[in-house]
Amino acid sequence: MARAALPGRLNWQLGRVIELTEETARTKSISFALPDWAGHRAGQHVDVRLTAADGYQAQRSYSIASAPEDEYLVLTVERLENGEVSPYLVDELRPGDEIELRGPIGGYFVWESSLEGPLLLVAGGSGVVPFRSMLRHWAAVDGGAMPRLLYSSRSWSDVIYREELLRLGDRDGVDVRFALTREWPEGWQGHRGRVDRELLGEVASPPSEAPRIYICGPTGFVEAAADALVEIGHKPSRIRTELFGPTGG
Amino acid sequence: MEALDGNAIAGDLFELFGTEMTTATGVCASCGETGHVAELRVYSRAPGTVVRCPTCGSVLIVLVEVRGMACIDLGGLNRLEPVNG
Repeated sequence: MARAALPGRLNWQLGRVIELTEETARTKSISFALPDWAGHRAGQHVDVRLTAADGYQAQRSYSIASAPEDEYLVLTVERLENGEVSPYLVDELRPGDEIELRGPIGGYFVWESSLEGPLLLVAGGSGVVPFRSMLRHWAAVDGGAMPRLLYSSRSWSDVIYREELLRLGDRDGVDVRFALTREWPEGWQGHRGRVDRELLGEVASPPSEAPRIYICGPTGFVEAAADALVEIGHKPSRIRTELFGPTGG
Repeated sequence: MEALDGNAIAGDLFELFGTEMTTATGVCASCGETGHVAELRVYSRAPGTVVRCPTCGSVLIVLVEVRGMACIDLGGLNRLEPVNG
């Protein structure tokens, strides 16, 4: 049902699928054209709503993977087994299809170039998605101090945005570190095992430089990383977290 | 059950309050702790959504939809202040 746009309301709008890109075996990036999109800030998310033929609706929240400067809005979605929404988005959606979205949503887990100070991004699994938006935004606006990204995945084949992150490291000088927790390619030079206090201490700027720290991932990952960073001496007020988990996907 | 955080209900809260609420500051009526809505613990698999204090675990907010009408109980909060602008 269409309704007129009201100020102060989040209106559902139709996004047309432009392109789907396979990031990993379980993850796809979906580009949408949204004629009524008012723009977003890096780190915000959208709600996606699917309606079945019998009227049943399922709604989920997804982080925006594209930068504010990008032409299309991009969501990167991981297929959760037995999920209600993500299997449809990852496996069934085709270019030209339209789905309902509303947003942008959230103002807490947001980074803008006006926020000064060293930037540290800590991602677990698909928690890297909002950081793609932040890093692309940083590169687009020449956002000051070189960001650091610490990204934990199970294996190299589970790493989302592999090529783009390597390029951000090589071409733009972003300090990108990968931690693999379960399997490592032969000759793997990065971190093996979970992100721990020692690794965070090595990757993070010292507390005296008061880096802005963003952590996104599953609950256990985020809590462990935040606790370790506070133990190292970083102020809780400099740490912003976003949890995601199996909400029924 | 694994909790999410207040970021997960940002859209629903925007619908109810007409403004961005994850940066709003709330004060827990039980333990007095002050924090951002984004930092609260959200349990969305209950019949409805239960929001708890990350410090003491008290129920701060309950969101339910009844026959298409959204109901919100803020009884566990002493204060809830959105950031202006």
